[in-house]
Amino acid sequence: MLLSGAEIVMECLLREGVDVIFGYPGGAILPTYDAMTKYPQIHHVLVRHEQGATHMADGYARATGRVGVCIATSGPGATNLVTGLATAMMDSVPIVAITGQVPRAAIGTDAFQETDVTGVTIPVTKHNYLISDIRELAYCIKEAFYIARTGRQGPVLVDIPKDIQNEKIEFVYPEGEIRLPGYRPPMSANETDVFAARDLINSAKRPIILAGHGIMMSGAVQELRELSERAQIPVSLTLLGKGAMPEDHPLCVGMMGMHGNAASNHAIQESDLIIALGMRFDDRVTGNLKTYAPHAKKIHVDIDPSEIHKNVKVDIGIAGDLKTVLTQILPGVNGNNHPEWLNRIRDWQEDSSERDILSNYDGDTLLAPQVINDLWKFTDGEAITVTDVGQHQMIEAQYYPHRRPATMLTSGGLGTMGFGFPAAIGAKFGRPNEPVWAIVGDGGFQMTLCEMATAVQEQVDVKIAIINNGFLGMVRQWQEFFYEERYHATPMVSPDFCKLAEAYGVPSMRVTKREQIQEAVEFAHSHKGPVLIEFVVEKEEIVYPMVPAGADLDKMLRRPKKGEQ
Amino acid sequence: MSNSTSKQVVVALVENKPGVLNRVASLFRRRNYNVDSLTVGRTHKGHVSRMTIVVDVARTDVRQIVSNLYKLVNVIDVKALTGEPHVSRDLALIKVRTDDVESRNAVTEVCDRYPARIVDIGVKYAIVEITAQEDLVEHLIDELRPIGIVELVRTGVVAMGRGVRILDTDYEPVNHLQNAGDLERYGV
Ligand SMILES: Cc1ncc(C[n+]2csc(CCOP(=O)(O)OP(=O)(O)O)c2C)c(N)n1
Ligand SMILES: [Mg+2]
Repeated sequence: MLLSGAEIVMECLLREGVDVIFGYPGGAILPTYDAMTKYPQIHHVLVRHEQGATHMADGYARATGRVGVCIATSGPGATNLVTGLATAMMDSVPIVAITGQVPRAAIGTDAFQETDVTGVTIPVTKHNYLISDIRELAYCIKEAFYIARTGRQGPVLVDIPKDIQNEKIEFVYPEGEIRLPGYRPPMSANETDVFAARDLINSAKRPIILAGHGIMMSGAVQELRELSERAQIPVSLTLLGKGAMPEDHPLCVGMMGMHGNAASNHAIQESDLIIALGMRFDDRVTGNLKTYAPHAKKIHVDIDPSEIHKNVKVDIGIAGDLKTVLTQILPGVNGNNHPEWLNRIRDWQEDSSERDILSNYDGDTLLAPQVINDLWKFTDGEAITVTDVGQHQMIEAQYYPHRRPATMLTSGGLGTMGFGFPAAIGAKFGRPNEPVWAIVGDGGFQMTLCEMATAVQEQVDVKIAIINNGFLGMVRQWQEFFYEERYHATPMVSPDFCKLAEAYGVPSMRVTKREQIQEAVEFAHSHKGPVLIEFVVEKEEIVYPMVPAGADLDKMLRRPKKGEQ
Repeated sequence: MSNSTSKQVVVALVENKPGVLNRVASLFRRRNYNVDSLTVGRTHKGHVSRMTIVVDVARTDVRQIVSNLYKLVNVIDVKALTGEPHVSRDLALIKVRTDDVESRNAVTEVCDRYPARIVDIGVKYAIVEITAQEDLVEHLIDELRPIGIVELVRTGVVAMGRGVRILDTDYEPVNHLQNAGDLERYGV
């Protein structure tokens, strides 16, 4: 079959099972856009800014476990992808980005819209390609998908000069195995480590499992649960680990880290064994490394060998696929229980609930925790929530307990404001039969709200909950604690979000009282297509607990108990 | 090889493809690894290049460097050589002042005490070549400095494990170009 490079791109996407791509056209990618007309099986979603395309591909990938695809033109189109690639890189999300490049003859001449995109994206991709010969094209795209979805997953970019997209070749799809000499992701653990890990697990008195994103990525939810239940080991979750264990499970102690549950953080600090699974000891979850979990032996399992001993030196470091490794370890794990340890954790949890603002508040102003908790209630805790970055993100993590994997999507590693709304659109494309809520701040929403037009054009059934506190709230919180309340550059004037929604053709509602929340959620669900709900909340709310950056993990700033002010 | 214990020699086999050096350099820069020297050249297999990298590991665990290098898709194999018996060499060309009898005699005298030789000599300057372990090269430079060094170039360290330790790969590249359809049109 005589095909153009552009058609080969589409053929390759078809073979990878791609059914939707997110992108924005331009000169250097036009041949591929033209070829799309011959491939109606692949739906193209026209975004309003290329950053949105990357976040949509990312949301799609996080929601489905499949590779998300975005596409952009050369130069400014491609540079607009950088934030989204970096976001996906930090959170190990498999996406393939395809970019047009100026024709080969023009490369290196500062041609119109020429940017060294493979150069620019080396640090923010797992791998990238600049195609130099049409005969490599299909191989490289196939490799790109393979690299994106195997090992420690991540974004891969393929940059294709325009003349190669136009060139024609007798096309044969490269069937057969991919051979990459320098790419052998680790799979299983060696016997010595398996035995040593079991011994530590079986003899621990105060063990705790730290479950991260890797549990979902390797599909080890069952194995995690088995380990936790059999040996009665409490499970603490990272932000991206939410969903690895149902949060209403008695052994789940919730999120750890800077804004984690106090019980989790105390338990980590007092534990005698940490079993870290598919997480990477980010500074946001460890606090001061020097005083981190001082009494604990540590087992660390991660697919990426360079994560072992990176931040925390461990006693047993296993580079391997979590599901495989847990399956190796489990047979020798004894039934166990740690009543004293679990009781101690329960005490911390009780102390926390005495400090919970939901039970101690009698003011009138709507609070973000009330909004999130009611949203949880009125969506039966079953929605896919996609958050932006800031206070509302941490409040969602605290007040919307998730039961199922991949139902809470958020930019953790990079903390990318503007992620939430486009990623929610992508997630909805991936899981069209589930309710998807974008939970965003008034600040972050304004970074990518142009995608409302995309949502309308595509009639994407995604609900937007703006938590409007009139501030860049999380930054304001830092200013309150650490900069003597000098609120510089954090108070924010915003447009009338409901009118704005109306201009876009999006039904909307403003909520200022707790009694209205149920009605608002019902209103949102009663309309098919995008709906925007603006929740006007307390301006100077604080997210507690908080471990100040660099402080010991259990030295948290806590909300006072009632009457303790 | 320098005696300083914070230096480590890492060798990497990489695919001989455009951009690979850039990827390695980018990794070292963004991970804030301190590179003393980095050399790259082809091996006896045309599709495989070999890098010798001397890194200062005062702040970084060498295991981190090895596993991060290995994460690069084009890196076929990596090994830290320090701690294993190995041979390492640095080559320097040093142009020194020889514009009077004393300086000329001094240069000759110094070179006699090192595995060094004078490879070019003129009325004003001579070029000294030395191939040796890094610390010897450094000592020679120190001794020539008072005579008057006017130009200097070094290759950086290359290294190889001794004895039966072999770092090689039997990987043969897939020739994409041969497998993709109509070749004649491209004159292949
Ligand atoms: C792109 C980007 N710029 C800046 C920041 C720093 N930052 C983190 S949270 C935050 C405030 C977010 O404000 P808003 O979206 O209103 O959410 P809130 O904290 O008020 O809930 C800022 C500016 C960031 N994370 N991302
Ligand atoms: Mg805000």
